[in-house]
Amino acid sequence: MIVDDLDMSPADFAAATGWEIKPEGACRAEVCVPLGPGGFDLADAASRLGMAVVADEAHGRWAIGPESLGDRALATAQAPELVLGDLDGNEFRLSSLLGQKVVIVSWAPY
Amino acid sequence: MSLELSGPEASRELIAAAAPEHPALLDPTHRMGALFGVVNIPNVIWVDEAGIIVRPPEPGWPDDRMALPDDMIEAIPELGSAPTAPAPPEDGPRQWDVLGSGQARVGYADAIRDWVRNGPASDYAMAADEVVAKSQPRSSDVSAGAAHFELANQLWRDGDRDAAIAHFNECHRLQPDNWTYKRQAWSLLGRERVGGKYGQFVQAPLKGEERDWPFASDFTSDVLATDLGGYYPRTL
Repeated sequence: MIVDDLDMSPADFAAATGWEIKPEGACRAEVCVPLGPGGFDLADAASRLGMAVVADEAHGRWAIGPESLGDRALATAQAPELVLGDLDGNEFRLSSLLGQKVVIVSWAPY
Repeated sequence: MSLELSGPEASRELIAAAAPEHPALLDPTHRMGALFGVVNIPNVIWVDEAGIIVRPPEPGWPDDRMALPDDMIEAIPELGSAPTAPAPPEDGPRQWDVLGSGQARVGYADAIRDWVRNGPASDYAMAADEVVAKSQPRSSDVSAGAAHFELANQLWRDGDRDAAIAHFNECHRLQPDNWTYKRQAWSLLGRERVGGKYGQFVQAPLKGEERDWPFASDFTSDVLATDLGGYYPRTL
């Protein structure tokens, strides 16, 4: 995610990353990572989740990379929420397919 | 999921030709990479009725076809190599040998059908811990690569090309086995410089214009530097 300010709310962090901030830490499905004392802090949470923080100094913004827990792309087998649009801009949520088997195919026109 | 940052028109004709009955979505910022670990296309993920991944991203096809359209080869101009690209190994495999190696193409669709019939009893359905263990490696460098890719993507769409290319090169350096990062970036120049129906498949400098290629490598050079089975790793 790209942010203009490292002072982010827990709710915004959860919406952008899927990691909810709870009393026990940053949590997704069955995985919880304890956070530092003093409440939620983006830099602290990113560090503990193995998320790289890369500055774009020329534009005064930062990009936060995905978590790298356990040196694997997936921290849990629970599928993350995925929200993307179709050709007409209609929003689609992966979670709307709960109850069905789903095969997700990634492709590209190159 | 079409992993393409150039806007919906780049995918529209292909989606229309397929006329899918399922959702066909656009992924301009490569969320599939950040969220699931997709590093090449085509890639397939299986998710069960409870939203649990039972096979992490892996190469997959409906059949074993590898043919290209007849007019595509004619449309591709003579290409050179990036000046800083790795030299092809002596007596190494050819490009099409690498691209055709690895994952089983025949039988992949049958594996999906087996899972649809048998659910968790299918030999192809993985347990949760196996899914996590067999997902793509992700180090802190890979996370940083994803951040650089996101900046590159945003800067390119903002028209800040030089800054975008610097971040593209950095994400390619940090995660060299992420082919979507590379193919996406290289295709942007092919689309611009060659254009037409197949310009985006020109992912290397034109012959004689090597010094004007801003990326550290190119498609053919990187494929030739890849071991058999390394481009589409076998998982079935």
